Amino acid sequence: MIIENSGLILSVKDLTADVDGTPILKGLNLQVRAGEVHAIMGPNGSGKSTFSKVLAGHPAYTVTGGEVIFQGANLLEMEAAERARNGVFLAFQYPLEIPGVSNLDFLRVAYNSRRKAQGLEEVDAFDFDDLVEEKLDVVKMNSSFLNRSVNEGFSGGEKKRNEILQMAILEPKLAILDETDSGLDIDALKIVANGVNQLTNAENATIMITHYQRLLDYIVPDFVHVMARGQIIRSGGKELALELESRGYDWVLEEALGVGV
Amino acid sequence: MSASVTTLVNQPYKYGFVTDIEADTIPRGLSEDVIRLISAKKNEPEFMLEYRLRAYHQWLKMTEPTWSHVQYPPINYQDIIYYSAPKQKKAKLNSLDEVDPTLLETFAKLGIPLNEQKRLSNVAVDAIFDSVSVATTYKEKLAKDGVIFCSFSEALQEHPELIKKYLGSVVPIADNYFAALNAAVFSDGSFVYIPKGLKCPMELSTYFRINTGDTGQFERTLIVAEAGSYVSYLEGCTAPMYDSNQLHAAVVELVALDNAEIKYSTVQNWYAGDANGKGGIYNFVTKRGLCQGVNSKISWTQVETGSAITWKYPSCVLIGDNSVGEFYSVALTNHKQQADTGSKMIHVGKNTRSTIISKGISAGKSSNSYRGLVKINPTAKGARNYSQCDSMLIGDNAQANTFPYIQVQNNTGKVEHEASTSKIGEDQLFFFAQRGISSEDAISMMISGFCKDVFNQLPMEFAVEADKLLSLKLEGSVG
Repeated sequence: MIIENSGLILSVKDLTADVDGTPILKGLNLQVRAGEVHAIMGPNGSGKSTFSKVLAGHPAYTVTGGEVIFQGANLLEMEAAERARNGVFLAFQYPLEIPGVSNLDFLRVAYNSRRKAQGLEEVDAFDFDDLVEEKLDVVKMNSSFLNRSVNEGFSGGEKKRNEILQMAILEPKLAILDETDSGLDIDALKIVANGVNQLTNAENATIMITHYQRLLDYIVPDFVHVMARGQIIRSGGKELALELESRGYDWVLEEALGVGV
Repeated sequence: MSASVTTLVNQPYKYGFVTDIEADTIPRGLSEDVIRLISAKKNEPEFMLEYRLRAYHQWLKMTEPTWSHVQYPPINYQDIIYYSAPKQKKAKLNSLDEVDPTLLETFAKLGIPLNEQKRLSNVAVDAIFDSVSVATTYKEKLAKDGVIFCSFSEALQEHPELIKKYLGSVVPIADNYFAALNAAVFSDGSFVYIPKGLKCPMELSTYFRINTGDTGQFERTLIVAEAGSYVSYLEGCTAPMYDSNQLHAAVVELVALDNAEIKYSTVQNWYAGDANGKGGIYNFVTKRGLCQGVNSKISWTQVETGSAITWKYPSCVLIGDNSVGEFYSVALTNHKQQADTGSKMIHVGKNTRSTIISKGISAGKSSNSYRGLVKINPTAKGARNYSQCDSMLIGDNAQANTFPYIQVQNNTGKVEHEASTSKIGEDQLFFFAQRGISSEDAISMMISGFCKDVFNQLPMEFAVEADKLLSLKLEGSVG
């Protein structure tokens, strides 16, 4: 069956996945088109973070069924690095510290591996410096961060800004922000959200995973999905997030799954 | 542990070949007669034989140390061959051209060309094969500047007074079990003497090759830097792959007089045994430098990647006021390798300073321990030490330990110790992969970054070598 899929970036159908033999995703469906911002909300343990890692290809998660089509190609057949080079970007909830590897080198190697995959020439260190300087503005970062080791000794907010800097440089087709707002004070949240808003356009798409409506005041979603027990159980517009904020999740669960909680 | 890490850390050993050459090998076992035989073969002066016998009797009274964090079955010292030398057609070689071509070929294959045309341009090499030195390059050229660079055996013939003066002055016979054994049976090694005020114009290096199975290699290196002189020295080591373990018990002594500086670098790549821990070299080594003069400096840099067991603690005794001791180390263990290595900095003189930078990388099921002593004596007013011990674990089955000992005996001393542990595991590799970076590149970047502080200390040519060596051991196609 062929449906209207112009501008379709991501299509997830009946996706199921395990970690260590425990099923976490239990038939997840989602369609994301170019220019859209989706928010996925849900209580702890609903499988939100697992979904983001499965999309990015983390080896600890095993896909047991369903399909994921990314820009017309089978995403599940690609290694994690290949997915990244093709434009899938995951902003980590807990960005790792990589001692000894300078942020600038890391960014350059990442950038060039994406360019290589796009059939473009690699950029030398000098040209890359100019590019980075420009992108630093997006997240209001000081260039001194470039010469430090990746995330080493960074504050929580600095780590998240560094994630968005990587996103700015890699210009992904699909950005997945996993709890990017967690651990941020309001000023840092504004900077990060403002950065993300500068990067979204009609050609790319964003999936935000979050607990709180707070982030959605700054990055306004086109769609809000509620996830529970490994599925998306309800979808709506941005007003759904506000309703969740005031009423909690229980009523959605009750309506969708018919369970008392 | 992800499959990529496993394959990346399991690169085959490149130097495991055996050279087929006729050897003059004495029977197994150790006794006074064996020591007399070794001494006679080398036509040594009487004082040397006496020294060896004193050491032997001392050794008999000692017991093997058990405090290190390594495990191995008891060594049968009567089952080791203590002397094996390739047979040369002529007893005395007039030039390098007379060296057996098989030996030249062996060293060429190891990347150490000894013949005139191909040799490394600014590095003089002493090549040691089993128990003897087979060739020393640039000897004459160095002699013009007054530098003595020759095999230990030759030094005993040509400069017995210097040997007599300095041998055992830094590591005495009774220092430890393996040092005593070495003093009794050592067969060759390198001797370096840098005259007053001279900055040695070349890098000096010794390349150690064990070839014969069941042979122990017991070499002795002695470097004396006269007042105001400078020398940079490097040693490299490899051995064939045998199923049985082989003992390598070396002693290195360094003496730096007033304002002298010695930089001693090691790239150790002895055969490490197979993936199940069968075979490999037991590397039990005593290395110590004496900063005897004021403002003298001794700097140890080591890249330890081989050996089934490594037991070594290159140390500095800082006697001269304002003298400086440094220790920079990268120790990599994989499979079932065990390393217990570190340094000792003994501060005696005023305002003496020392730095210890130790980087341990453990992969596979290996065990990698840092053990270090910083001692500030009552006389060492204003002494300072900075130690940094970082461990990196690759995968989930490797072990890293840190055993720092700090003794400060006066209240003007200042000692700082920092330690960290990091990991290359699935999550780290995923982080890089998510940014489009392959596992090979990710490991290469993390390891190079981790070792940077140490590699920066190596002479240029060897820094590249060391980086390549780690790449080979860890990264597969990269490097």
